[in-house]
Amino acid sequence: MHISTNPWVWIAAILTLAIYSFLYKDNPFYKFAEHLFMGLGIGYGAVILWYNSIIPRLWNPLAHGTSPSRFYLLIPVALGLLALSIFSRRYSWLIKYPLAFYMGAVTGFSVPVSFEAYIFEQAQGTILKHSMFSNPWLGISNIIMFIGVITTITYFYFSKHHKGLLGKSARVGIVYIMLAFGASFGYTVMARISLLIGRMQFLLHDWLGIIK
Amino acid sequence: MRRTFPLVIAFIMGFVMMIQYFIPHPISQKFYKIMVQQWLIIISIFFYVFAWRSFGLYHINKIKRRKEGWWASVVAFVGVFFMLLAGFGDRIPGFGNFIVKYFNFDDLYNYMFAPLQATMFSLLAFFIASAAFRAFKARTLEATLLLVTATIVMLGRVPLGASLWKGLPEVVEWILMYPNMAAQRGIMIGVGLGMIATSLKIILGIERSYLGGD
Amino acid sequence: MGFWDRFLKIDRRWIFLVVWIAVVIPLIKPLGLPTHITPPVQKLYDFIDDLQGEEKAVLLSFDFDPSTMPELLPMGVAIIRHCFAKKIPIIVYGGLYPQGVGMAKMAIDMAKTDFPDIVYGRDYVFLGYVPGVSLVILSIGESIQGTFGNDYFGNRLDTLPLTMSVDNYEKIGIVVDLSGSSIPAAWINYAYQRYGCRIGCGTTAVSAAQYYPYLQTGQFVGMLGGLKGAAEYEELLERNGIPTGRREATIGMDAQSVVHLLIILLIILGNIGFFYVRRRERRV
Repeated sequence: MHISTNPWVWIAAILTLAIYSFLYKDNPFYKFAEHLFMGLGIGYGAVILWYNSIIPRLWNPLAHGTSPSRFYLLIPVALGLLALSIFSRRYSWLIKYPLAFYMGAVTGFSVPVSFEAYIFEQAQGTILKHSMFSNPWLGISNIIMFIGVITTITYFYFSKHHKGLLGKSARVGIVYIMLAFGASFGYTVMARISLLIGRMQFLLHDWLGIIK
Repeated sequence: MRRTFPLVIAFIMGFVMMIQYFIPHPISQKFYKIMVQQWLIIISIFFYVFAWRSFGLYHINKIKRRKEGWWASVVAFVGVFFMLLAGFGDRIPGFGNFIVKYFNFDDLYNYMFAPLQATMFSLLAFFIASAAFRAFKARTLEATLLLVTATIVMLGRVPLGASLWKGLPEVVEWILMYPNMAAQRGIMIGVGLGMIATSLKIILGIERSYLGGD
Repeated sequence: MGFWDRFLKIDRRWIFLVVWIAVVIPLIKPLGLPTHITPPVQKLYDFIDDLQGEEKAVLLSFDFDPSTMPELLPMGVAIIRHCFAKKIPIIVYGGLYPQGVGMAKMAIDMAKTDFPDIVYGRDYVFLGYVPGVSLVILSIGESIQGTFGNDYFGNRLDTLPLTMSVDNYEKIGIVVDLSGSSIPAAWINYAYQRYGCRIGCGTTAVSAAQYYPYLQTGQFVGMLGGLKGAAEYEELLERNGIPTGRREATIGMDAQSVVHLLIILLIILGNIGFFYVRRRERRV
């Protein structure tokens, strides 16, 4: 056992145990740690934004740049400054301009690529090709996949009652959906446990030196 | 000015950025480059004030009204102060070296922020175990199917599963690659169509909730 | 109240204690179970490996915060080690969230200890945070220098040999995105669909199942899913003689195995109790 002598490790360990004290019951130590985390997060984001974004993207080009076209940057700066109107009750409606500009642009360029990524490529991957039948088991598996995609989509079609052929297809779709959700659930359990294992490794290795 | 003009701006920008994708002309590409590399990124920098305002208003209000646990809000502001001090304090004349040595920015992140956030989310491991015991019941055929699949995946995705039966990892991989993938694809296509529909509604001004009220 | 009634109503803190014991004991007394490599991990490893000598860089994006650190940080460390060992230039990008920058820095510091001959600026560059998510992904496609200006440390990118020669996706062999959210889909939408850049993914186990459609279409080259994925990549490094450091992910897999067994046992016991009590109530 080699207990750490680094004061920062001790601070990290104490804060870790303060959070874990919540498992017994809610208490002031947990609240302290929780709110400290919130504050540190806000402060960290602000510092990173300043040094990595504001200085190189705004300050340096405007204050130290030489190209005359750099002053065009004042247009998006002016639009961005309208966001500060949120602090004024009377003029807070001005915030709609930068929001509309930004949202319009972002949604605009997302439409064509969403079609490609979510619809065309996925449909292409579903279509049964000759290469998918290179051996019998692969062929059966791909047929299972094909049926699964079609029936899952029919399950989510709510514009018609799930009766007749549509109803039967939706029932098959539910089976596939349950298999997918089961797999997701199994993976989710794995993910949550991994987070705990990570923290225990810190306490047992970095802090207490019990494990190698 | 308050309602219509922003919607017109959203429509123009949305339409232009959408068709720009299909126009290889140099002017179109130059416009795209300016928008994406400069203007939109600069505007998004200013949107951070929303988060800071929300945080500040909530905690200031709690402190002002002395609500239960208001002292924790003071701790939150202390956290902000220390992080800002660590990030900018090296410029303070006379204290710069002290700040760098004892309030090092990286150390505050590595030994305070990171452990706090990691530990908060690791609490979920305990709650999912408790939920597994209390709530995950095979009441219906569908629930049974879900639980059986989850059990197979949980066993097959750890080394113990492969030790129990060599073929288990392959079975899990097959489940993930075929039936799971099929259902996820069906969901993805539905979600994709929904996203495209919502984007078009925003561009056409049908969806206005992002602009808030009047 | 019968045994099953009392058992089903047990204070959850006893369950917490049992989970904690199930995690701690395998960490202290490892079982040493071998790691089995799955095809998605092998494909990603092979793709990155084949970049050796190609004069194309890897862009490793740390799009996660400390909440998913135990799963994703070992992946990042392993991939950086892989690139350092094979002299594949790597651009470590602090990510599309500000908290990712700290994670990226941590990974670099952990990885570079075994590679004293790597040179900053030539073998790797560390980029900081720029807001905009999808905008940044698109902007990198035009110019990395135009997007970031400086690296994390304030050096101008047009003075660093790596970023002087690698300025957009044409000279990037693969973008590997480490994320616990839907950001990998954004990299596919904007980097792959628009610019044709190949994408690999390291994701938390929560998201792994939903990304299999991208694997099947080839939109993802390969995928590391959860702590197991990280452990598999560490295993591949070990098998190929690349220094792996402490292998945090692999060490955690024994505890993962035991706790999974425990969860399955809890589900079975919970269901036995549920059906027993229900059958008894129906009889009454």
